[in-house]
Amino acid sequence: MELVSSHLPALQIVIPLLGGLLAALLRRGVPAFALTLAVSWIMPVISAVLLDRVLTGGPISYALGGWPPPWGIEYRVDVLNGFVLMLISTIGAVIVPFARRSVALEVGERREAWFYCMYLMCLTGLLGVTITGDAFNAFVFLEVSSLSTYVLIALGRDRRALVAAFRYLIMGTIGATFYVIGVGFLYLLTGSLNMVDMAARLAAAPPEMARAMVAALAFLTVGISLKLALFPLHSWLPGAYAYAPSWATVFLSATATKVAIYLLVRFLFSIFGIALDFRGLPIVEILLALSIAAMFIASIIAVYQNNLKRMLAYSSLAQIGYMMLGIGIGNLAGLTGGLVHLVNHAMMKAALFLALGSLFYRIGTVRLAEIAGIGRKMPLTMGAFVVAGLGIIGTPGTAGFISKWYLAVGALDRGWWILVFLLVVSSLISVLYIGRVIEMAWFRPVAIQVAEAKDPPLSMLLPLLILAAATVYFGIDTRLTAGIAAQVAEFLLGGLR
Amino acid sequence: MMALSPDSLAQIAVLAPFIGALLIPLFHRVPNLREAVTLATAAVLLFTVIQLLPVVMQGLRPGATLIDVVPGLAIAFRVEPLGMLFALIASALWVVNSIYSIGYMRAHDEPRQTSFYTCFAIALGSTMGIAFADNLFTLFLFYEALTLCTFPLVTHKQTAEAMRAGRLYLLLLLGTSMVLLLPAIIATWFIAGTIDFTPGGILAGKASPLAIGILLALYAFGIGKAALMPVHFWLPAAMVAPTPVSALLHAVAVVKAGVFSVVKVVVYVFGLETLTLSGANEWLVYVGSASLLLASLIALTRDNLKARLAFSTISQLAYVVVGAALAGPAGVIGSGLQIATHAAGKITLFFCAGAIYVASNKTEISQMAGLGRKMPITMIAFLVGSLSIIGLPPFGGMWSKWALVLGALDAGYVLVVVVLMVSSLLNVAYLLPIVARAFFLPPPVEHEAHGEHGEHGVHHGQHAGVGARFGLQEAPVACLIALSTTALLCFLLFFQADRIELLLQGMFTVSS
Repeated sequence: MELVSSHLPALQIVIPLLGGLLAALLRRGVPAFALTLAVSWIMPVISAVLLDRVLTGGPISYALGGWPPPWGIEYRVDVLNGFVLMLISTIGAVIVPFARRSVALEVGERREAWFYCMYLMCLTGLLGVTITGDAFNAFVFLEVSSLSTYVLIALGRDRRALVAAFRYLIMGTIGATFYVIGVGFLYLLTGSLNMVDMAARLAAAPPEMARAMVAALAFLTVGISLKLALFPLHSWLPGAYAYAPSWATVFLSATATKVAIYLLVRFLFSIFGIALDFRGLPIVEILLALSIAAMFIASIIAVYQNNLKRMLAYSSLAQIGYMMLGIGIGNLAGLTGGLVHLVNHAMMKAALFLALGSLFYRIGTVRLAEIAGIGRKMPLTMGAFVVAGLGIIGTPGTAGFISKWYLAVGALDRGWWILVFLLVVSSLISVLYIGRVIEMAWFRPVAIQVAEAKDPPLSMLLPLLILAAATVYFGIDTRLTAGIAAQVAEFLLGGLR
Repeated sequence: MMALSPDSLAQIAVLAPFIGALLIPLFHRVPNLREAVTLATAAVLLFTVIQLLPVVMQGLRPGATLIDVVPGLAIAFRVEPLGMLFALIASALWVVNSIYSIGYMRAHDEPRQTSFYTCFAIALGSTMGIAFADNLFTLFLFYEALTLCTFPLVTHKQTAEAMRAGRLYLLLLLGTSMVLLLPAIIATWFIAGTIDFTPGGILAGKASPLAIGILLALYAFGIGKAALMPVHFWLPAAMVAPTPVSALLHAVAVVKAGVFSVVKVVVYVFGLETLTLSGANEWLVYVGSASLLLASLIALTRDNLKARLAFSTISQLAYVVVGAALAGPAGVIGSGLQIATHAAGKITLFFCAGAIYVASNKTEISQMAGLGRKMPITMIAFLVGSLSIIGLPPFGGMWSKWALVLGALDAGYVLVVVVLMVSSLLNVAYLLPIVARAFFLPPPVEHEAHGEHGEHGVHHGQHAGVGARFGLQEAPVACLIALSTTALLCFLLFFQADRIELLLQGMFTVSS
């Protein structure tokens, strides 16, 4: 037991990695799924133990292979990535039962096992990016997750999935390249790849190195912004989300961009924040401007989408704007708002995409015009859609409101009155795109195509209902979400120069 | 029942309608049982609320904090006099309205009745939440819930027109609350460090007169349900809803939730003294007065009965806003009285409009000539409601107008007194002709009467009336019971005004 307990950080990565390999070897869908289920359900247990340890006892450092940092690769868990690990593994665990039927239908018998293999690889990559304390190791994991994501998207049965995957491949590779260049700069400056070490050395760096530091910051920011689909570097995302298999979209929308945001926060606050006052650089204004642009432009585009998956993809872009806004605001309340929105958006958007996955499972389409009256036929599915949709809008009593509240308070703290108004006006646009769907699903006579539809089987319904319930629960009891997010924000700001 | 503390009664009052809403769909297939659940819930609610009345009269403020959402942001209830009054009106009228709904919905054979009654119960629960909210967050929470759960009621007919109106309704109410009210709440929290409703207000000495003026504007227009011009468009649009919805929600619960919130914010967030000292309330007196007169004038031009009543409501709501904007105890008490008496009067008028529609399928005032002979009970109730709204004795409406005039004089706004007088005349002009037309004009010539070129309609009309059987053509009994009850209530309120005033005095005398 002691052995397991001390190696938990490594197990967080090794288990899904081995699981992925094994899933590929199993070849058949059902055993591969069973394995995936087991792995996905172990993950949050490990994350929870790690997070608990961090919250009570401070950061955990784990030297991979026994090589002490900064020479070896260090896995380092603090409140920030403990929080993100918990988020990713929990979302994965909640949504995984949905995969069985959805994937069997959309990916097909023969390729099911490959799908699960790729999913576990992707999970490995995302968890790896989060847990590692080594900048280059983060790049490796970033590529692990990206490559498997390309495959996941390409497994969509619409042929446009191939184009979408290719597009993401190009953009993702550019992003990764920028990231590596940025890390390269830092390595040249510090001679180290360990994040903690880097931060300490950067802080001690002579002033003439500041320009190189800023260049590194620029490369890293652009590279990571590509991965997190910050407007206007988002062009890969709508297609990827729209044509990937439904369940892959659920997983990616809830986790992939969140991890990229984590990485950006890590570099900004824990590495650069210590060395230079990045809040004095124009990067803050740029982030704010782009976030606001995302909030408005992506929301407005979402209103005009007919493919609902694409619509939600644009909505995600807008919501990413909120998270980045929190980082841009950069004070305690604002940062808390941005971080808690990672969680809140993950569960709300996962619920929405799960609802669409259920629709596709039953009626084979997610086009707005073809779902008239579906609410009366699939009441639980579309009821959950309404609840999660209200969350996206930011109705009080849902998780979305909590994020918005913190962001607005943060903006006021800075004296940015205008920002408060932009925030509420942009969330009003989400009323339009969510409202269109609700109106079509609930307030139209039942169309013939959907007359036979009914709620999906329990294995698909349950994850959806859990996430919808969570949207309400975390709108009322926020100790686990905003409570921890506030601690994280405090931790991040405490380390700043 | 005796064992229940006032604190838990307050929670039960909010919870009961929601429990009812959970039970109603279970009896989807048994309409009689389903309606029994609605009635039982309404009765339980009324009973609970009535039990709270003596407690509040004694000066106690029962309540409870359910949960802290984030530090400083709690879901909490507390029963204070104004909320007590509002809850009492809404729950009493819900009982009556439920009886009416049963008659109306069945006579009309409306579809989707289960979701109708379910949404109605949720709407009442939200109304109770608003009435008993102890802070702005709780108020906002239930305010939004009320908007959302009434959307299916407004769009009940699901026609293209109903959907269009529903969209306007939702966007205007959600839009104003999200874009204006929410920033106002956040700003209040930021400035005052609390958003709890506190006697005397929470902004005293913390904000400049300019900031107070801006905040007041955000609240006045952000609370779109108060239908202060120019954010009143949603109310006439909402009239596509079935009449019971227009009656209880768009004459009582929803719109009164709006003006109630305005009054509550004025009294417990700004504080009357802070407001008068800053002078920031002055503009609202004039904007409210303008809204009051304009809406009355527009009402004159509307031939559709429900549309006319809707504009009348907008005008009458402005009375409440003006009363609050006067920022004196007398004005606020006038506002409270107006909330009560207008509720009784306007619900009667809507009940009558619905009864006319059910019994004779008429919606336009010009079609209603001679209707008094066929529907005497309905039209007498209509007369009573009208007189109460105009403010004539012996009906409750008189006292609210009286108190508002006193409040205006108290605060030194002679102009407002003039506005109130003129508006009363306008009320006469747009309400009484309907009654006169129904009783004194002959019914229109029926279709089978042909070949009557140029002759006076009187003769033929009488013949047609006699020809179309001697009997009455009233709405279902359930509707008649309801509208007679509320008409009686208008009368009773005339004698109860002093007790209401006594209750409302509690807003200023005792603190917690």
